[in-house]
Amino acid sequence: MQKIVIIGNGISGITAARHIRKRSQSTIIVISKETDYFFSRTALMYIYMGHMRYQDTKPYEDWFWKKNNIELRRAEVTHIDFDKKSLHLIPAGPHTTNEESTRMRYDELVIATGSCPNKFGWPGQDLSNVFGLYSYQDLERLEAISEEIEQAVIVGGGLIGIELAEMLHSRDKEVTMLVREENYWDNVLPPDEAQMVNDQIQRIGIKLHLNTELGEIGGNASGKVTEVRTTSGLVLPCQFVGLTAGVHPNIKWLDSNTPLETDRGILVDEYLATNVPHVYAIGDCAQLRNPPPGRQPIEAVWYVGRIMGETIAHTLTGHRVKYQPGTWFNSAKFINLEYQVYGEVPPVIGPPFESFFWQHATKDAALRMVYHTETRQIIGLNVLGIRWKMDVCTQWIERGATIDHVVQEMRHAHFDPELHKKYYPEIKQQFAKRQNSRIA
Amino acid sequence: MKYSNISLANPNPHFVTWQQKTAVALGGVGLLFMVISLFNLTQALYQPLYLYGSLTLMAIGVTWYSVELYKNTEPGIKNDGVWFDSLVNRGLLGWVLGVVLTAFYVLLYWYPQVLGLHEDGPNTGIVHFFDPLSQALKGQPSSQWFVYGVLYTFAILFFGIKFLLKYRHSRYHTIRTLSVMFFQLVFAFLLPEILEGLNASTPYYNKDFKNIWPLHYSFYYEWNLNGMLEGGKLGMFTLVWGIMLTFVITPILTYYYGKRWYCSWVCGCGGLAETAGDPFRHLSDKSLKAWQIERYLIHSVLVFVVIMTGLVLYTFFSGKSQILFLDTYQIRAWYGFLIGATFSGVIGVGFYPLLGNRVWCRYGCPMAAILGIQQKYFSRFRITSNSGQCISCGNCSTYCEMGIDVRWYAQRGQDVVRASCVGCGVCAAVCPRGVLRLENKKDIFGRAQRLRAEVVTEDVHYSE
Repeated sequence: MQKIVIIGNGISGITAARHIRKRSQSTIIVISKETDYFFSRTALMYIYMGHMRYQDTKPYEDWFWKKNNIELRRAEVTHIDFDKKSLHLIPAGPHTTNEESTRMRYDELVIATGSCPNKFGWPGQDLSNVFGLYSYQDLERLEAISEEIEQAVIVGGGLIGIELAEMLHSRDKEVTMLVREENYWDNVLPPDEAQMVNDQIQRIGIKLHLNTELGEIGGNASGKVTEVRTTSGLVLPCQFVGLTAGVHPNIKWLDSNTPLETDRGILVDEYLATNVPHVYAIGDCAQLRNPPPGRQPIEAVWYVGRIMGETIAHTLTGHRVKYQPGTWFNSAKFINLEYQVYGEVPPVIGPPFESFFWQHATKDAALRMVYHTETRQIIGLNVLGIRWKMDVCTQWIERGATIDHVVQEMRHAHFDPELHKKYYPEIKQQFAKRQNSRIA
Repeated sequence: MKYSNISLANPNPHFVTWQQKTAVALGGVGLLFMVISLFNLTQALYQPLYLYGSLTLMAIGVTWYSVELYKNTEPGIKNDGVWFDSLVNRGLLGWVLGVVLTAFYVLLYWYPQVLGLHEDGPNTGIVHFFDPLSQALKGQPSSQWFVYGVLYTFAILFFGIKFLLKYRHSRYHTIRTLSVMFFQLVFAFLLPEILEGLNASTPYYNKDFKNIWPLHYSFYYEWNLNGMLEGGKLGMFTLVWGIMLTFVITPILTYYYGKRWYCSWVCGCGGLAETAGDPFRHLSDKSLKAWQIERYLIHSVLVFVVIMTGLVLYTFFSGKSQILFLDTYQIRAWYGFLIGATFSGVIGVGFYPLLGNRVWCRYGCPMAAILGIQQKYFSRFRITSNSGQCISCGNCSTYCEMGIDVRWYAQRGQDVVRASCVGCGVCAAVCPRGVLRLENKKDIFGRAQRLRAEVVTEDVHYSE
């Protein structure tokens, strides 16, 4: 029987495994050195904040895997012999004493090893109590040193940065964020939205240093971090530094002379196939040679991993299909502000596009619609503090609906809870007012 | 450089401020009076002043504490540290509270004399302590049930205030909570007590107009039927209204809104679960095993109550208490003991800190069983999933008091149509990605059919 081996039990690898099982009787083995079972990486923050326990973050009960005949193996892959189609494994996990390497043959291999936090060669970046938050082990390390932390510095203004800040803040740590940009995440968000996030951060008492870069990280004789110096000379005492300046594909574990073609990630074609036959890469570790229009070669996002997992499952079960992720979408929650994005909303919007932005006078709610000035067709939506239906939003974009149509039909996208106040009349009014003022 | 420090706004104040401490002390003193009243130490304690003083202190304590707890927080979800708190993570405090609550219910149901109710003589103890309020409302001495009614209503009202502050960002939760507070205060407590006082000359029957058979399992007992039949216009109204509630009003409302119209908007058991019980909601068991147990148990209770009521009515109309080998009075007594007292009371509330706040509603309530069957097969209600936006984090499942694994559906992009869902709306509130929404829509047979579209190709859209 065909034997499919998947390296990585995150959302990409596990989605692949589940969907292969739906479609075939192949032997499926999922290897992870991180955890015995699949858990939701996006929920790590909630474990630290006490909203959930680790077991609550597992989307499937432990019996699920055996019942569906998906074998889970806790091990680290040390080498791949592509010619012989075999892996070298050493057992992993907290109770492992056996260090003996074993081999595992495969017919088809899927690499889904995710990401690693970026380090940019800052002096002191390898001191103890300096790390990012990505893996379950990162969370364990953070938990272990939590007692020692009174002040923490978070370096980087991305999605993990704000989560880590919120986590530490929930445990009463004094948190300072260093953000290189002018506003939080403004390499992705337009300034209005970015400022709303600044406000969220500052409002709960997290210190936010904008336009500030990390200079060096200082430690004591025992190698523990004691302070952070910014390039502008600011000195911040701290017992923990969170490195959250983005992530990069986790491929360093591959042999340096691996026959796999890599760039930043493992290079794959539109079928997610690598240059080596029977070897595929999906999720954060994959880099598309020819990304679809409007999409990036590497998109380290939960949803992308899931879609790639679904896609590869088809290819591996006799139904070869291209990776077609459709309209871009993503979501996040910045402290108390929910955010959804559909389509393209560039941080700087210029010709041939323009945008309509509405923000509630007092409440944390806003909406941005980006559209083509001539055709008036919308290309992207940012929705903050409001919930909209994904299906409706992506259909508008895919069918080229005009902004005038969308403003009229907004209520069809409505997904806020029942009895909540609807802002649509106000938005419509403001839209009409701005249109009129431009004509006049 | 932009710099800001507004750290006055600490989002999770711990038990540190003098105001919190004072509030707890005041509430504690109020409670202490009530506890001391159990021991009949001095007659002076049974003056109205002490009862009202005790209730007032407790009300101030809970309200002040809640205000202090949430006043410096931003509107939004407040689950920080839930699993670290001994009171609500089955820790020491949780077990202590569980034992105390359970003991209270055991005394209430089976040893009311310990609480001060005496068949041949005036009240003593805590029952006597509540005499002034009972006299004021209905001109009769108190009973253990009156004490229970006051405390129950008190809990829904003042922990309701706490819940309102906690969920102040959500109008759904605000309005729903005001609804359970209103129905408890007016329909479950004030109205029945006042009507009781006004109709003291006719035999007793239950005058709670929102208590519905089969949850209200004694509705067809002969003393209740006779009470209503002899109760003049009000009695007649109560009888007709009670039958209408079960067979006409309930099916109609459940068709339009699902079982939530009752379970999380009107019902007293639900009211307590949603207010005082809210901090324990995450303790419900989410496993498939628990779901299997739930279905066997709740439907067994439903069968039990139907058979028991049938036998009771047989006896009412025929005058015979024996049918085949069954003694109808015996069966009724067993139902009262096993289901009415042990399951709904002792386990249902006593085990809040161990099994979560909806143990009775989930595993035992026959009313919930009926509403659930209709909700599953013939109702507009469902929880809709927002297509592909789920990140499988598990907040929805964790905070589902009914133990529904909401995430199972959400990550498939599938509507949640489950018999047990009481429509509290907390899954949608705690979702960090806006994936869930409670809805009533017309296409009742299309519910839960559709799954999230895979983006691979058209022909595999419905493969999961």
